[in-house]
Amino acid sequence: MQALTNRVKVLERKPMTFLERIYLWNIMKGMFITFKHIFKRKPTISYPEEKRPFSPVFRGLQILNRDEEGRERCTACGLCAVACPSEAITMEAAERQPGEEHLYREEKYAAKYEINMLRCIFCGLCEEACPKDAVYLSETFAPPNFQRESFIYDKNDLLIPDPKTEPDEYIRALGNRAKKAN
Amino acid sequence: MSVLLAIDWPMIVEKLVLITVIISASLIIAMYSTYAERKVAAVIQDRIGPNRAGPFGLLQPLADGLKLFMKEEIIPNSSNKFLFILGPCLAMLTAMMTSAIIPWGSKIELFGRNIQLQIADINIGVLYIFGVVSMGVYGIMIGGWASNNKFSLLAAIRGASQIISYELAMGLSLIALLMLTGSLSLKTIVQHQMDPGHRWNVFFQPLGFLIFLVCAFAECNRTPFDLPEAENELNFGYHQEYSSMKLGFYLFAEYINMFISSAIMATLFFGGYDMPFINEAGLNTNLAAIIGVVALLGKIAFFIFFFMWVRWTIPRFRYDQLMNLGWKVMIPLALINMLVTGAVILWLDK
Repeated sequence: MQALTNRVKVLERKPMTFLERIYLWNIMKGMFITFKHIFKRKPTISYPEEKRPFSPVFRGLQILNRDEEGRERCTACGLCAVACPSEAITMEAAERQPGEEHLYREEKYAAKYEINMLRCIFCGLCEEACPKDAVYLSETFAPPNFQRESFIYDKNDLLIPDPKTEPDEYIRALGNRAKKAN
Repeated sequence: MSVLLAIDWPMIVEKLVLITVIISASLIIAMYSTYAERKVAAVIQDRIGPNRAGPFGLLQPLADGLKLFMKEEIIPNSSNKFLFILGPCLAMLTAMMTSAIIPWGSKIELFGRNIQLQIADINIGVLYIFGVVSMGVYGIMIGGWASNNKFSLLAAIRGASQIISYELAMGLSLIALLMLTGSLSLKTIVQHQMDPGHRWNVFFQPLGFLIFLVCAFAECNRTPFDLPEAENELNFGYHQEYSSMKLGFYLFAEYINMFISSAIMATLFFGGYDMPFINEAGLNTNLAAIIGVVALLGKIAFFIFFFMWVRWTIPRFRYDQLMNLGWKVMIPLALINMLVTGAVILWLDK
């Protein structure tokens, strides 16, 4: 019969030779194989100490960006919520009062901005939809938790640290994706 | 009063110290064998193995022991309570008892006394080993029977028949060795191998050693002969109903057995405490003793590693294969080995 693929291996049902019947030779061969494995490089990554590097296109938790002066960029236009295929984003807009210019970049800002991380599929469409460069996906992922409520991230969880008061944390949170976008 | 004075008190103290040291040493070695087993399994399977508890995971055995102690003690209602508790005790007891006659080193001079590094040098040492080892089957048998569980009972029957079958070949393979040395005392056997002009017994009895090695695997219930505890067909077999430290005792007994049988193999076939390429006779007594103990421990460590290496290489034998190997291969081979050895000894003497 013609073989369907070139991976076919024809089994030989020959009676065992003397060498095979005394087991020992084959056992020695097997033990040599396992012995070689002792010196092989282990593919294990000891997780908390060393971390697997993310790929450059990795999409992690959302972050709400600030501008160079530490003002929130988000204007609560709602485009991200519209773009979101899993409807994970809710927000409430508010108007900037006089004297709040150092807090918010434009006249309108998000008073409430929540992302349900259990619904989010990390597609990055919010990042693409945002006209103000205010939301983008960082290189971290949501830590595990026992309560469902704790997966609804509000502004406290999402806002990036202030670049003026905490520059180091800001740079770390910014990651590689935002730099590329800028 | 004179009766009490007649007793050699320092000798008793000396033996008690020796017993304490050897028992605790074998417990510690068994403890770290579990760690070594996991590490060896890991590196053979391209993993890292336990490395969280302490540096390199060295505290892992302590954590395991603590876990076993904290576990709930369960004695099944339908079991025979007395036998259920007796099983693991017997397994542990017989595992430890064999260590009494192994010569761990030559002798040390301390406080003006010559202290033999052997608990008891009895002139029927090899027979004693066989006696104690065959008692080891009671641990398995009683444990499996008392559990009142089909799997345990099956495992116990398997274990008993396996140990009895392989004991025969084991004994026959040793007869050839005894013909060479002409003594049953382990001390004399080691001395015989150390004498100038003599070699380790393994060079005269390679086939005998091979048979003994295979039988030792079967006696210790180690893979490829771990049918009594066959995890995937008998659900851990005879210790299925056991929990907490009683289970720990069974597992521990297996590692102690492994340690002791490695010691016996080293003693009988690999010169015991004989360090190769060094003439102990020319050295200080204490130094020679230390070198001897180190040499013996090195050989034991190699054999323990070998036990593990085999375990993580070979799959389990089928039960009929096990019995075929034992009765149709091992015993005839051992008989032939015995006959040939006897013939050669007679021929060379003439």
